[in-house]
Amino acid sequence: MLRLEDLKIPDVEPVNLTITPGECIGLSGESGSGKTRLLRAIADMDEHGGQVYEEDIAQGLVKAHEWRRRVMLLPAESQWWFDSVDQHFSARAEHIEALGFEQDVMGWNISRCSSGEKQRLSILRMMANCPRVLLLDEPTANLDASNVARVEDMIRNYLSKHHAIAIWVGHDAAQLQRVSQRQYHLGEGRLMKVGEA
Amino acid sequence: MKTEFIALTAPDLMLASLLVLALIGLGARLRLGVSRTLTIAAIRTTVQLLLVGLILEAVFTQAKLPWIMLIVLVMMTVAAWEILARQKRKLKGWWGFGVSAFSLFISSFFITLLALFIVIKADPWYTPQYAIPLLGMLLGNTMNGIALGMDRLVQTAWQQRAVIEQRLMLGQKDTEAIRDIARDSMRAGMIPIINAMAAAGVVSLPGMMTGQILAGSPPVEAVKYQILIMFLVTSGTGFAVITVLQLITRRMFDSRERLRFDRLLREPR
Repeated sequence: MLRLEDLKIPDVEPVNLTITPGECIGLSGESGSGKTRLLRAIADMDEHGGQVYEEDIAQGLVKAHEWRRRVMLLPAESQWWFDSVDQHFSARAEHIEALGFEQDVMGWNISRCSSGEKQRLSILRMMANCPRVLLLDEPTANLDASNVARVEDMIRNYLSKHHAIAIWVGHDAAQLQRVSQRQYHLGEGRLMKVGEA
Repeated sequence: MKTEFIALTAPDLMLASLLVLALIGLGARLRLGVSRTLTIAAIRTTVQLLLVGLILEAVFTQAKLPWIMLIVLVMMTVAAWEILARQKRKLKGWWGFGVSAFSLFISSFFITLLALFIVIKADPWYTPQYAIPLLGMLLGNTMNGIALGMDRLVQTAWQQRAVIEQRLMLGQKDTEAIRDIARDSMRAGMIPIINAMAAAGVVSLPGMMTGQILAGSPPVEAVKYQILIMFLVTSGTGFAVITVLQLITRRMFDSRERLRFDRLLREPR
Protein backbone atom coordinates (compact mmCIF):
# COMPACT_ATOMS: atom_id res chain seq x y z
CA MET A 1 0.00 0.00 0.00
CA LEU A 2 1.19 3.52 -0.86
CA ARG A 3 -0.29 6.42 1.08
CA LEU A 4 0.25 10.12 0.36
CA GLU A 5 -0.68 12.28 3.32
CA ASP A 6 -0.92 16.03 2.74
CA LEU A 7 1.95 15.76 0.31
CA LYS A 8 2.94 19.30 -0.55
CA ILE A 9 4.70 20.43 -3.69
CA PRO A 10 4.86 24.04 -4.91
CA ASP A 11 1.66 25.47 -6.45
CA VAL A 12 -0.41 22.36 -5.76
CA GLU A 13 -2.90 21.83 -2.95
CA PRO A 14 -1.83 19.11 -0.48
CA VAL A 15 -2.33 15.72 -2.06
CA ASN A 16 -4.01 12.84 -0.25
CA LEU A 17 -4.14 9.49 -1.98
CA THR A 18 -4.09 5.82 -1.04
CA ILE A 19 -3.14 3.15 -3.56
CA THR A 20 -3.69 -0.52 -2.79
CA PRO A 21 -1.36 -3.39 -3.77
CA GLY A 22 -1.67 -4.42 -7.40
CA GLU A 23 -3.28 -1.15 -8.33
CA CYS A 24 -2.20 1.32 -11.01
CA ILE A 25 -3.17 4.98 -10.92
CA GLY A 26 -3.31 6.98 -14.15
CA LEU A 27 -2.22 10.59 -13.88
CA SER A 28 -2.72 13.21 -16.55
CA GLY A 29 -2.31 16.97 -16.66
CA GLU A 30 -0.80 19.68 -18.78
CA SER A 31 2.95 20.11 -18.81
CA GLY A 32 3.97 22.28 -15.91
CA SER A 33 1.02 21.21 -13.79
CA GLY A 34 3.29 19.34 -11.39
CA LYS A 35 3.02 15.70 -12.43
CA THR A 36 6.76 15.18 -12.54
CA ARG A 37 7.27 17.13 -9.32
CA LEU A 38 4.66 14.96 -7.62
CA LEU A 39 6.50 11.80 -8.68
CA ARG A 40 9.83 13.32 -7.59
CA ALA A 41 8.38 14.12 -4.17
CA ILE A 42 7.10 10.56 -3.77
CA ALA A 43 10.59 9.26 -4.67
CA ASP A 44 12.03 11.86 -2.25
CA MET A 45 14.10 13.50 -4.97
CA ASP A 46 12.96 17.01 -3.99
CA GLU A 47 12.26 18.71 -0.72
CA HIS A 48 8.55 18.55 0.06
CA GLY A 49 6.02 18.79 2.85
CA GLY A 50 3.62 16.10 4.06
CA GLN A 51 4.30 12.41 4.37
CA VAL A 52 4.48 9.33 2.18
CA TYR A 53 4.03 5.80 3.53
CA GLU A 54 4.88 2.60 1.78
CA GLU A 55 3.66 -0.52 3.61
CA ASP A 56 3.08 1.81 6.59
CA ILE A 57 6.75 2.80 6.66
CA ALA A 58 7.22 6.56 6.59
CA GLN A 59 9.52 7.91 3.92
CA GLY A 60 11.73 9.78 6.38
CA LEU A 61 12.37 6.69 8.50
CA VAL A 62 14.17 4.75 5.79
CA LYS A 63 17.47 5.74 4.26
CA ALA A 64 16.82 7.70 1.08
CA HIS A 65 18.55 5.25 -1.25
CA GLU A 66 16.68 2.32 0.29
CA TRP A 67 13.42 4.18 -0.16
CA ARG A 68 14.19 4.84 -3.81
CA ARG A 69 15.04 1.21 -4.37
CA ARG A 70 11.49 0.34 -3.25
CA VAL A 71 9.76 3.40 -4.69
CA MET A 72 11.45 3.80 -8.03
CA LEU A 73 11.05 6.70 -10.39
CA LEU A 74 11.36 6.21 -14.14
CA PRO A 75 12.18 9.66 -15.53
CA ALA A 76 10.75 10.76 -18.87
CA GLU A 77 14.26 10.94 -20.30
CA SER A 78 16.56 8.13 -19.26
CA GLN A 79 20.25 8.74 -18.62
CA TRP A 80 23.13 6.42 -19.43
CA TRP A 81 26.67 6.99 -18.26
CA PHE A 82 28.67 3.85 -19.14
CA ASP A 83 29.42 2.49 -22.61
CA SER A 84 27.49 -0.75 -22.64
CA VAL A 85 23.97 -1.61 -21.54
CA ASP A 86 24.78 -4.25 -18.92
CA GLN A 87 27.08 -1.94 -16.94
CA HIS A 88 23.97 0.00 -15.89
CA PHE A 89 22.24 -3.01 -14.37
CA SER A 90 22.61 -3.74 -10.67
CA ALA A 91 20.91 -7.12 -11.01
CA ARG A 92 20.09 -9.66 -13.70
CA ALA A 93 17.58 -8.27 -16.15
CA GLU A 94 14.29 -10.10 -16.48
CA HIS A 95 11.51 -9.45 -18.99
CA ILE A 96 14.07 -8.96 -21.78
CA GLU A 97 11.93 -10.84 -24.32
CA ALA A 98 8.72 -9.35 -22.98
CA LEU A 99 9.96 -5.95 -24.07
CA GLY A 100 10.90 -7.19 -27.53
CA PHE A 101 14.66 -7.60 -27.09
CA GLU A 102 16.95 -10.59 -27.55
CA GLN A 103 19.32 -11.72 -24.78
CA ASP A 104 22.29 -10.13 -26.57
CA VAL A 105 20.87 -6.66 -25.88
CA MET A 106 22.85 -6.57 -22.65
CA GLY A 107 26.07 -6.33 -24.64
CA TRP A 108 24.86 -3.46 -26.81
CA ASN A 109 26.66 -0.18 -26.92
CA ILE A 110 24.53 2.66 -25.59
CA SER A 111 25.57 5.01 -28.35
CA ARG A 112 23.92 2.86 -31.01
CA CYS A 113 20.56 2.69 -29.21
CA SER A 114 17.63 4.72 -30.52
CA SER A 115 15.56 6.83 -28.12
CA GLY A 116 12.83 4.20 -28.17
CA GLU A 117 15.28 1.42 -27.36
CA LYS A 118 16.74 3.47 -24.54
CA GLN A 119 13.27 3.99 -23.14
CA ARG A 120 12.50 0.27 -23.14
CA LEU A 121 15.95 -0.49 -21.73
CA SER A 122 15.41 2.01 -18.94
CA ILE A 123 12.23 0.14 -18.02
CA LEU A 124 14.20 -3.12 -17.96
CA ARG A 125 16.82 -1.47 -15.80
CA MET A 126 14.20 -0.30 -13.34
CA MET A 127 12.48 -3.68 -13.20
CA ALA A 128 15.78 -5.45 -12.47
CA ASN A 129 15.62 -3.82 -9.02
CA CYS A 130 12.16 -5.33 -8.35
CA PRO A 131 10.67 -2.09 -6.98
CA ARG A 132 7.47 -2.20 -4.91
CA VAL A 133 6.20 1.06 -6.35
CA LEU A 134 6.74 2.17 -9.95
CA LEU A 135 6.53 5.88 -10.67
CA LEU A 136 6.33 6.01 -14.45
CA ASP A 137 6.78 9.39 -16.09
CA GLU A 138 5.48 9.00 -19.65
CA PRO A 139 7.03 5.55 -20.03
CA THR A 140 5.89 5.01 -23.63
CA ALA A 141 6.34 8.50 -25.08
CA ASN A 142 9.00 7.43 -27.61
CA LEU A 143 7.56 4.02 -28.55
CA ASP A 144 5.72 2.67 -31.57
CA ALA A 145 2.34 0.96 -31.15
CA SER A 146 3.63 -2.60 -30.83
CA ASN A 147 6.16 -1.65 -28.19
CA VAL A 148 3.59 0.43 -26.30
CA ALA A 149 1.48 -2.73 -26.04
CA ARG A 150 4.52 -4.74 -24.86
CA VAL A 151 5.28 -2.26 -22.09
CA GLU A 152 1.66 -2.08 -20.98
CA ASP A 153 1.39 -5.88 -20.79
CA MET A 154 4.66 -6.28 -18.99
CA ILE A 155 3.83 -3.66 -16.33
CA ARG A 156 0.34 -5.07 -15.86
CA ASN A 157 1.72 -8.59 -15.35
CA TYR A 158 4.37 -7.33 -12.96
CA LEU A 159 1.85 -5.46 -10.81
CA SER A 160 -0.52 -8.39 -10.49
CA LYS A 161 2.24 -10.95 -9.95
CA HIS A 162 4.11 -8.96 -7.28
CA HIS A 163 1.18 -6.99 -5.84
CA ALA A 164 3.17 -3.93 -6.73
CA ILE A 165 1.86 -0.41 -7.22
CA ALA A 166 2.24 2.02 -10.10
CA ILE A 167 1.52 5.64 -10.87
CA TRP A 168 1.45 6.04 -14.62
CA VAL A 169 1.82 9.56 -15.95
CA GLY A 170 0.71 10.03 -19.54
CA HIS A 171 -1.15 12.21 -21.99
CA ASP A 172 -3.11 9.47 -23.74
CA ALA A 173 -6.49 9.14 -21.97
CA ALA A 174 -7.27 5.87 -23.74
CA GLN A 175 -3.98 4.37 -22.59
CA LEU A 176 -4.52 5.47 -18.99
CA GLN A 177 -7.98 3.81 -19.17
CA ARG A 178 -6.30 0.60 -20.35
CA VAL A 179 -3.50 0.42 -17.80
CA SER A 180 -4.99 1.93 -14.65
CA GLN A 181 -7.92 1.26 -12.37
CA ARG A 182 -8.39 4.90 -11.36
CA GLN A 183 -7.48 8.06 -13.24
CA TYR A 184 -6.58 11.40 -11.77
CA HIS A 185 -6.03 14.78 -13.34
CA LEU A 186 -3.63 17.41 -12.06
CA GLY A 187 -4.68 20.91 -13.05
CA GLU A 188 -5.31 24.36 -11.62
CA GLY A 189 -3.24 23.40 -8.61
CA ARG A 190 -5.41 20.44 -7.61
CA LEU A 191 -5.44 16.68 -7.97
CA MET A 192 -8.92 15.55 -9.06
CA LYS A 193 -10.36 12.16 -9.80
CA VAL A 194 -11.35 11.86 -13.46
CA GLY A 195 -15.08 11.32 -13.91
CA GLU A 196 -16.01 13.19 -10.73
CA ALA A 197 -17.20 16.76 -10.96
CA MET B 1 77.88 25.70 1.43
CA LYS B 2 77.91 29.08 -0.25
CA THR B 3 81.49 28.90 -1.42
CA GLU B 4 80.82 29.46 -5.11
CA PHE B 5 77.94 31.86 -4.75
CA ILE B 6 78.07 34.69 -7.31
CA ALA B 7 75.91 37.68 -6.37
CA LEU B 8 74.03 39.40 -9.18
CA THR B 9 74.42 43.11 -9.68
CA ALA B 10 71.93 45.66 -11.02
CA PRO B 11 73.69 45.80 -14.42
CA ASP B 12 73.35 42.01 -14.67
CA LEU B 13 69.58 42.27 -14.30
CA MET B 14 69.43 45.19 -16.71
CA LEU B 15 71.20 43.09 -19.29
CA ALA B 16 68.54 40.41 -18.90
CA SER B 17 65.80 43.03 -19.05
CA LEU B 18 67.14 44.14 -22.43
CA LEU B 19 66.05 40.74 -23.76
CA VAL B 20 62.51 41.33 -22.54
CA LEU B 21 62.57 44.84 -23.99
CA ALA B 22 63.68 43.42 -27.32
CA LEU B 23 60.82 40.93 -27.19
CA ILE B 24 58.36 43.73 -26.40
CA GLY B 25 59.70 45.75 -29.33
CA LEU B 26 59.44 42.84 -31.75
CA GLY B 27 55.93 42.00 -30.53
CA ALA B 28 54.82 45.59 -31.11
CA ARG B 29 56.37 45.69 -34.58
CA LEU B 30 54.61 42.48 -35.63
CA ARG B 31 51.38 43.68 -33.96
CA LEU B 32 51.06 40.47 -31.96
CA GLY B 33 49.25 42.24 -29.15
CA VAL B 34 51.41 40.94 -26.32
CA SER B 35 53.60 43.96 -25.69
CA ARG B 36 51.28 45.72 -23.26
CA THR B 37 50.57 42.73 -21.05
CA LEU B 38 54.20 41.71 -21.23
CA THR B 39 55.35 45.15 -20.06
CA ILE B 40 52.92 45.16 -17.17
CA ALA B 41 53.84 41.61 -16.15
CA ALA B 42 57.56 42.38 -16.30
CA ILE B 43 57.14 45.44 -14.12
CA ARG B 44 54.89 43.53 -11.71
CA THR B 45 57.30 40.69 -11.26
CA THR B 46 60.19 43.09 -10.62
CA VAL B 47 58.32 45.18 -8.08
CA GLN B 48 56.60 42.27 -6.31
CA LEU B 49 59.72 40.19 -6.01
CA LEU B 50 61.85 43.12 -4.83
CA LEU B 51 59.24 43.92 -2.20
CA VAL B 52 59.06 40.31 -1.07
CA GLY B 53 62.85 40.19 -0.97
CA LEU B 54 62.94 43.20 1.30
CA ILE B 55 60.20 41.82 3.55
CA LEU B 56 61.85 38.43 3.78
CA GLU B 57 65.20 40.00 4.57
CA ALA B 58 63.61 41.98 7.39
CA VAL B 59 61.80 38.92 8.69
CA PHE B 60 64.88 36.72 8.41
CA THR B 61 66.99 39.06 10.51
CA GLN B 62 64.21 39.54 13.07
CA ALA B 63 62.91 35.93 13.13
CA LYS B 64 59.98 36.92 15.37
CA LEU B 65 57.11 34.43 15.48
CA PRO B 66 54.24 36.96 15.26
CA TRP B 67 55.63 38.44 12.05
CA ILE B 68 56.07 35.03 10.52
CA MET B 69 52.50 34.10 11.49
CA LEU B 70 51.27 37.28 9.83
CA ILE B 71 53.04 36.42 6.60
CA VAL B 72 51.68 32.88 6.78
CA LEU B 73 48.17 34.26 7.24
CA VAL B 74 48.48 36.57 4.27
CA MET B 75 49.85 33.78 2.08
CA MET B 76 47.04 31.40 3.01
CA THR B 77 44.31 34.00 2.52
CA VAL B 78 45.59 34.94 -0.91
CA ALA B 79 45.86 31.26 -1.86
CA ALA B 80 42.29 30.53 -0.73
CA TRP B 81 41.02 33.54 -2.60
CA GLU B 82 42.94 32.53 -5.71
CA ILE B 83 41.31 29.07 -5.65
CA LEU B 84 37.85 30.62 -5.67
CA ALA B 85 38.78 33.08 -8.41
CA ARG B 86 39.69 30.17 -10.68
CA GLN B 87 36.31 28.41 -10.39
CA LYS B 88 34.05 28.54 -13.42
CA ARG B 89 30.97 27.95 -11.29
CA LYS B 90 31.11 30.21 -8.30
CA LEU B 91 30.62 28.63 -4.92
CA LYS B 92 28.59 30.38 -2.28
CA GLY B 93 30.72 33.15 -0.74
CA TRP B 94 31.97 32.36 2.74
CA TRP B 95 31.35 28.67 2.44
CA GLY B 96 33.54 28.41 -0.65
CA PHE B 97 36.26 30.44 0.99
CA GLY B 98 36.02 28.33 4.13
CA VAL B 99 36.40 25.09 2.20
CA SER B 100 39.46 26.34 0.32
CA ALA B 101 41.09 27.82 3.40
CA PHE B 102 40.37 24.77 5.53
CA SER B 103 41.82 22.35 3.00
CA LEU B 104 44.90 24.52 2.53
CA PHE B 105 45.27 24.74 6.27
CA ILE B 106 45.06 21.06 7.06
CA SER B 107 47.40 20.12 4.23
CA SER B 108 50.00 22.82 3.59
CA PHE B 109 50.14 24.20 7.08
CA PHE B 110 50.37 20.93 8.95
CA ILE B 111 52.75 19.33 6.52
CA THR B 112 55.04 22.35 6.75
CA LEU B 113 54.94 22.07 10.54
CA LEU B 114 55.68 18.37 10.31
CA ALA B 115 58.65 19.00 8.04
CA LEU B 116 59.98 21.77 10.26
CA PHE B 117 59.73 19.79 13.49
CA ILE B 118 60.59 16.28 12.40
CA VAL B 119 62.67 16.50 9.24
CA ILE B 120 64.55 19.78 9.20
CA LYS B 121 64.69 20.38 12.96
CA ALA B 122 65.79 23.99 12.62
CA ASP B 123 66.32 25.99 15.79
CA PRO B 124 64.00 27.69 16.51
CA TRP B 125 61.48 25.59 14.55
CA TYR B 126 60.04 28.66 12.84
CA THR B 127 63.39 29.82 11.43
CA PRO B 128 61.92 31.84 8.55
CA GLN B 129 64.63 30.88 6.11
CA TYR B 130 63.15 27.34 6.15
CA ALA B 131 59.56 27.91 7.17
CA ILE B 132 58.49 30.48 4.62
CA PRO B 133 59.92 29.01 1.40
CA LEU B 134 58.67 25.57 2.46
CA LEU B 135 55.17 26.81 3.12
CA GLY B 136 55.24 28.84 -0.07
CA MET B 137 56.09 25.85 -2.18
CA LEU B 138 53.45 23.71 -0.51
CA LEU B 139 50.80 26.39 -0.78
CA GLY B 140 51.52 27.07 -4.44
CA ASN B 141 51.13 23.42 -5.37
CA THR B 142 48.19 22.52 -3.12
CA MET B 143 46.45 25.65 -4.34
CA ASN B 144 46.76 24.41 -7.91
CA GLY B 145 45.56 20.94 -7.01
CA ILE B 146 42.58 22.19 -5.05
CA ALA B 147 41.59 24.67 -7.74
CA LEU B 148 41.75 22.04 -10.48
CA GLY B 149 40.01 19.29 -8.51
CA MET B 150 37.27 21.56 -7.22
CA ASP B 151 36.59 23.06 -10.62
CA ARG B 152 36.41 19.64 -12.24
CA LEU B 153 34.07 18.26 -9.58
CA VAL B 154 31.61 21.12 -9.55
CA GLN B 155 31.67 21.67 -13.30
CA THR B 156 31.23 17.99 -14.20
CA ALA B 157 28.57 17.38 -11.58
CA TRP B 158 26.64 20.38 -12.87
CA GLN B 159 26.84 19.19 -16.46
CA GLN B 160 25.92 15.64 -15.48
CA ARG B 161 23.27 16.46 -12.92
CA ALA B 162 20.67 14.47 -14.86
CA VAL B 163 22.94 11.41 -14.73
CA ILE B 164 23.55 11.84 -11.01
CA GLU B 165 19.82 12.09 -10.35
CA GLN B 166 19.15 9.06 -12.54
CA ARG B 167 21.62 7.07 -10.48
CA LEU B 168 19.94 8.25 -7.29
CA MET B 169 16.54 7.27 -8.68
CA LEU B 170 17.91 3.77 -9.27
CA GLY B 171 18.63 3.54 -5.57
CA GLN B 172 22.34 4.31 -5.54
CA LYS B 173 23.82 6.03 -2.52
CA ASP B 174 24.89 9.63 -3.04
CA THR B 175 28.55 8.65 -2.68
CA GLU B 176 28.03 6.00 -5.35
CA ALA B 177 26.23 8.35 -7.72
CA ILE B 178 29.11 10.86 -7.63
CA ARG B 179 31.95 8.32 -7.46
CA ASP B 180 33.05 8.42 -11.10
CA ILE B 181 33.07 12.20 -11.11
CA ALA B 182 34.95 12.36 -7.82
CA ARG B 183 37.54 9.92 -9.10
CA ASP B 184 37.98 12.02 -12.22
CA SER B 185 38.36 15.19 -10.15
CA MET B 186 40.96 13.57 -7.92
CA ARG B 187 42.97 12.71 -11.00
CA ALA B 188 42.58 16.24 -12.37
CA GLY B 189 43.90 17.70 -9.12
CA MET B 190 46.85 15.31 -8.85
CA ILE B 191 48.05 15.15 -12.45
CA PRO B 192 50.31 18.23 -12.38
CA ILE B 193 52.25 16.99 -9.37
CA ILE B 194 52.38 13.40 -10.60
CA ASN B 195 53.75 14.64 -13.91
CA ALA B 196 56.26 16.82 -12.09
CA MET B 197 57.50 13.83 -10.08
CA ALA B 198 57.71 11.58 -13.11
CA ALA B 199 59.58 14.13 -15.22
CA ALA B 200 61.81 15.48 -12.44
CA GLY B 201 65.46 15.34 -13.30
CA VAL B 202 64.90 13.77 -16.70
CA VAL B 203 62.80 16.27 -18.58
CA SER B 204 63.04 19.20 -16.21
CA LEU B 205 65.25 20.26 -13.36
CA PRO B 206 62.92 21.45 -10.60
CA GLY B 207 63.20 25.15 -9.83
CA MET B 208 64.18 24.87 -6.22
CA MET B 209 66.99 22.42 -6.88
CA THR B 210 68.24 24.57 -9.76
CA GLY B 211 68.21 27.58 -7.46
CA GLN B 212 70.21 25.82 -4.80
CA ILE B 213 72.76 24.62 -7.31
CA LEU B 214 73.09 28.12 -8.77
CA ALA B 215 73.58 29.39 -5.22
CA GLY B 216 76.51 27.03 -4.82
CA SER B 217 75.05 23.98 -3.04
CA PRO B 218 76.49 20.59 -3.96
CA PRO B 219 74.02 18.96 -6.39
CA VAL B 220 73.40 15.92 -4.19
CA GLU B 221 72.46 18.14 -1.26
CA ALA B 222 70.11 20.11 -3.51
CA VAL B 223 68.60 16.86 -4.79
CA LYS B 224 67.90 15.65 -1.27
CA TYR B 225 65.97 18.81 -0.55
CA GLN B 226 64.13 18.49 -3.81
CA ILE B 227 63.03 14.93 -3.02
CA LEU B 228 61.84 16.07 0.37
CA ILE B 229 59.87 18.87 -1.23
CA MET B 230 58.37 16.57 -3.86
CA PHE B 231 57.09 14.18 -1.22
CA LEU B 232 55.72 16.96 0.95
CA VAL B 233 54.06 18.67 -1.99
CA THR B 234 52.54 15.45 -3.30
CA SER B 235 51.07 14.39 0.00
CA GLY B 236 49.95 17.93 0.74
CA THR B 237 48.19 18.19 -2.60
CA GLY B 238 46.65 14.75 -2.27
CA PHE B 239 45.26 15.32 1.21
CA ALA B 240 44.01 18.76 0.22
CA VAL B 241 42.19 17.51 -2.87
CA ILE B 242 40.63 14.64 -0.92
CA THR B 243 39.46 17.04 1.77
CA VAL B 244 37.96 19.40 -0.75
CA LEU B 245 36.19 16.62 -2.65
CA GLN B 246 34.74 15.25 0.59
CA LEU B 247 33.51 18.62 1.78
CA ILE B 248 31.97 19.56 -1.54
CA THR B 249 30.21 16.26 -2.19
CA ARG B 250 28.77 16.39 1.32
CA ARG B 251 27.46 19.82 0.59
CA MET B 252 26.16 18.78 -2.82
CA PHE B 253 23.78 16.22 -1.31
CA ASP B 254 21.46 16.74 1.64
CA SER B 255 20.61 14.25 4.37
CA ARG B 256 18.01 12.63 2.08
CA GLU B 257 20.64 12.09 -0.63
CA ARG B 258 19.14 14.66 -2.97
CA LEU B 259 21.26 16.64 -5.39
CA ARG B 260 21.25 20.19 -4.04
CA PHE B 261 23.19 22.69 -6.12
CA ASP B 262 21.23 25.45 -4.40
CA ARG B 263 23.31 24.76 -1.27
CA LEU B 264 26.56 24.84 -3.19
CA LEU B 265 26.44 27.44 -5.94
CA ARG B 266 25.95 31.16 -5.81
CA GLU B 267 23.19 31.36 -8.40
CA PRO B 268 20.65 28.62 -7.76
CA ARG B 269 18.51 27.74 -10.75
